This record gives sequence, structure tokens and C-alpha cells, in this order.
Amino acid sequence: MKKLINAPDDVVVDALRGIAAAHPSLTVDVENKVITRAGGPTAGKVGLVSGGGSGHEPLHGGFVGFGMLDAACPGEVFTSPVPDQMLLATKAVDGGAGVLHIVKNYTGDVLNFQMAAELASDENIEVASVVINDDVAVQDSLYTAGRRGTGATVFVEKIAGALAEQGRELKSVADVAREVNERSRSFGVALTACTTPASGQPGFDLPDDEIELGVGIHGEPGRERGPMRTAAEIVDFSLAAIDDDMPLDGDLAVMVNGMGGTPLIELYVVFEEVRRVIAAKGATIARSLVGNYITSLDMTGASITVLRLTPDLTSLWDAPVETPALRWGR
Amino acid sequence: MGALTTVMEEVLLVDVATLADWITRASADIEANRDHLTHLDSAIGDADHGINLVRGFSAVVTVIAEKQPETPGELLTLVGNTLISKVGGASGPLYGTAFRRAGKALGTEPDVAPEALGQALKAALEGVQGLGAAAEGDKTMVDALAPAVRAYQHALATGGTVAQASQAAAAAAEQGAEATIPLQALKGRASYLGARSVGHQDPGATSTALLLAALAAALAGPGS
Repeated sequence: MKKLINAPDDVVVDALRGIAAAHPSLTVDVENKVITRAGGPTAGKVGLVSGGGSGHEPLHGGFVGFGMLDAACPGEVFTSPVPDQMLLATKAVDGGAGVLHIVKNYTGDVLNFQMAAELASDENIEVASVVINDDVAVQDSLYTAGRRGTGATVFVEKIAGALAEQGRELKSVADVAREVNERSRSFGVALTACTTPASGQPGFDLPDDEIELGVGIHGEPGRERGPMRTAAEIVDFSLAAIDDDMPLDGDLAVMVNGMGGTPLIELYVVFEEVRRVIAAKGATIARSLVGNYITSLDMTGASITVLRLTPDLTSLWDAPVETPALRWGR
Repeated sequence: MGALTTVMEEVLLVDVATLADWITRASADIEANRDHLTHLDSAIGDADHGINLVRGFSAVVTVIAEKQPETPGELLTLVGNTLISKVGGASGPLYGTAFRRAGKALGTEPDVAPEALGQALKAALEGVQGLGAAAEGDKTMVDALAPAVRAYQHALATGGTVAQASQAAAAAAEQGAEATIPLQALKGRASYLGARSVGHQDPGATSTALLLAALAAALAGPGS
């Protein structure tokens, strides 16, 4: 598998150097793998920290900036960061109002953030955590590690970030983050597997004429494998899975997200099919995002995330944001 | 198995050098099995278990050489802290906590008795279960560690030496790892697969079996 890299072991660090060079609005601690806003913490503002394995860019580092995150901790590719990184990030963004950890629901991320929160609390920093678990492909039951955190993470980081920017206290910011998570659902489909730089081989075997329905953002298999079909049929299947779990009605924010290897023109084909299904349900797409926001390296495919808006959430969504990967209104 | 009286008279204490030898062997074994562990993980996880453990244990070997811990407890605590700082994923906190708890259980004694080592293994198991909330049969590292702890303690209780007890633990761990093949995963990333996780050996149980085999090799005595 051909990759634009220097060496598999250097990918994360080399990319962090590139992020630092490309985005003067960010401060990048390459050695400790922590990305923060340049200029340090804002006094009296709740700090927002997220993190997770690398390979999902622009998540999370691309969402550090005004109106979203204060810091991101990238781990190795598809591997949770370690508590040391998270503690450094938490201390770096604490402006005296406490820090919110935004954690995607994977066992590794949850355990490492849990340890980091304990360490931060030992240093008298108030930390709240919200765990994102929006992926309807996984049955939420005692028999799994619970639903995975995927596209809703982008909505949570944007909306909680907007509320934090208004100077609201930690509890309110954590509450709105949980509200966004509870009102969001995602479903992803892979056409081909992703290849990590270290392994050089596709993470799973997917024949040319089959797709993985309900794929995770690390290429974890999902609900079922089925024959390749049209974009319309894929969207019908995906939105039916979401609608079964959370009926699609009212004003919705919808993200059609590319997995990293799918061209934008196909994502727009998907978005039009999403519009068709949602219109037929009598719901309204009030806000939309189409592009690569939470990727899986070079996987081809897309995920759909739906957030049931409220007037308050809509106005927080519309609030100004200025990050490398999301910016408007400022 | 030797006569009980002889064993009682010749009980060997485990010193820090022996445990350091364990960790060195474990690191080499994990390096040698890097691709195997990653391959197992690609079937039911995210294909990085071998890579992550190699990163962690190579850091552990470096840190031990730098800091030269003086007691078994100090050594295992250092191993745990280093794994937590270097591995990430779920295996970092889980193995890190296991070694930290084992280190704490050994206290500050310069040499530890076989019974104390058994208590340390038990503390490691309790640490893993406390953090990961996994029970036996969930298709996790607990499926190797729990039978290993029982086998170690049973061997000691029936008159075995520390070498025999650790051999029994290693054998039980290996059996436990193999016994994960028909299980459906209920914890960790493999649980997302549901019934599709059946038919694959759990990578975490497999690496636990490697660690216990390395312990048995280190405790087998001179010339092993």
C-alpha cells in the first residue's frame, strides 16, 4: 500500500509538525502530542479538551480554536492517547473555571481519560466528562462496550464550545454536551477498508462487490456485510437504522461525513439522498455539513449524523467559530 | 513435585533481578509475537495490539535500565507507570494497573516469598477487573489471568515450588487464551462484533499468556 509518509513510526509526529507550521493559531507540543490554542487559557472560561487516536483528522486537532476546543490530544494511529497527555492538556487550558473532557466511547479512550481526570483532580482542577455514544450500528446493551462515539463528537465540540465561549459554568457546558449527544445518532458505511501506516495492510477484507454496513471509524465491522448498492439504497438503509432508534422529525442538523477516501462529489450525491428521505419523513434539514470531518485514514465510505435541534442548540451551532477545519461568523 | 518438607526448607525468595529478568524476557517475547498479536487483533479489534505492547515494553526495558529499581515492588510499579504513559488504548491502563497493583502488593521487601508473588498476581487480576469490569468468559485478558492466578495458588498450596507454580500459571493462561476462541466478546472493542467475534482467539488473553510464560521462564531457575 502506497502512503505519503516518511516512516510508519513517524507519521503522527511528522503530521503534528505540519499542523504547527500550517496553523499559527495553534500551539503544538510535538514531543508530548498536545495541540492547544495559541495564547494560552482564557481566564474564567471552561476549557474543552478532547482527544483520541490519530487517523481521524481533522478530528480533534482541526477543531481547536475560538468557539470549539481549547486542546486536543492525538494518540498513535487508532490508539487512545495516554493520561499524561490529557493531564498536560487539561492543565494548559484551565482558566480557573474547570475543564470538560469530551470522550468518544471506546474502552481505551474512556479508561485513559478516567485516569487523567483523577490526576487532574489531584491537582485541584475541576473536571467534568461527557462520553459520546451516537453510533446506532452497535446495540447498546450489557453485551457490548456500548455504542461507539462517532460523528456526534463534531456537533458536541461545536455546540459546547460555543456555550463555553459565552462564559457559562462547567455544569451548563457539560449538560449541553450531553444533550447534544443524546439528541444525535450516526450510521456509517464502508466501501473499502482502511490501511494503518504501521500494518501496511487493509484492516479487514472486503470483497469488491460488498460493503460493510454500520462500520466503525477504525474499520471495526458493523451490523452486517451486504452487496454493493446505489447511494440511494445505502442512504435508505442508514437512515432507517437511525430512524428506528430516534425518529426523524422537526429541525435537524445533518452531517454527511467522508471516511477519508471518498470524493466530495459522492458525498453530495449522498446528501441529496438524505434530503429526499428526510423530506419524505416531513422533517427539515435546518443546518448541514458535507465533507471530511471525522475520517478513518483512507477508508472509502461515508457516515451520516443527525442532530435533533432545539432553538437554543441552533443558535449555539450558528455562533462564531474559527478553527482550521470549521469556521464561520467571525 | 518434591517432598513438602524439602520444599519448605528450600523455599526460594524472588528478588528484583529475577523479576527484571522476567520483564526483559516478556519484552523479547512480545517483540517476537508482535505480528501474531496484531494479526489476532485485526480479526476482532483494530489491528494494533502487538504494535502498542512493543512500544510499551521497549520503553519499560529502557526505564528499568535507567532507574535501576531496588525492590520487586518498586520494579513492578515502575513497569505499570511506564505502560500507562506509553501504551494508550485499553491495554495501557489495564496492563499498567495490573503491574501497579502487583507492585503495591509486594510492598518494599527486598525479596518476596512465593505466596506474596501469588498475592501480587491476585492483586493484578483485581486491578484489571476493577478498571475494565470484565468477568471470566467475556473474552478478555481476564480469561487468561484469572485461571493463572488460581493455578499458581493451587500449585503452591499443594506443595509446589515457585517455579512449578509459575509453570502451572503459564499453562493455565495459555489454556485460558485458547479457550477464548469459541467465546463471544462482551467487553472491549471486539464486543462490537457480537456473534462475529466467535471463532477468534482474544489478543489480550494471548498477550497475558505470553507474560506469564515469560514469568515461568524467569523463575525456572539458573540455566533455564
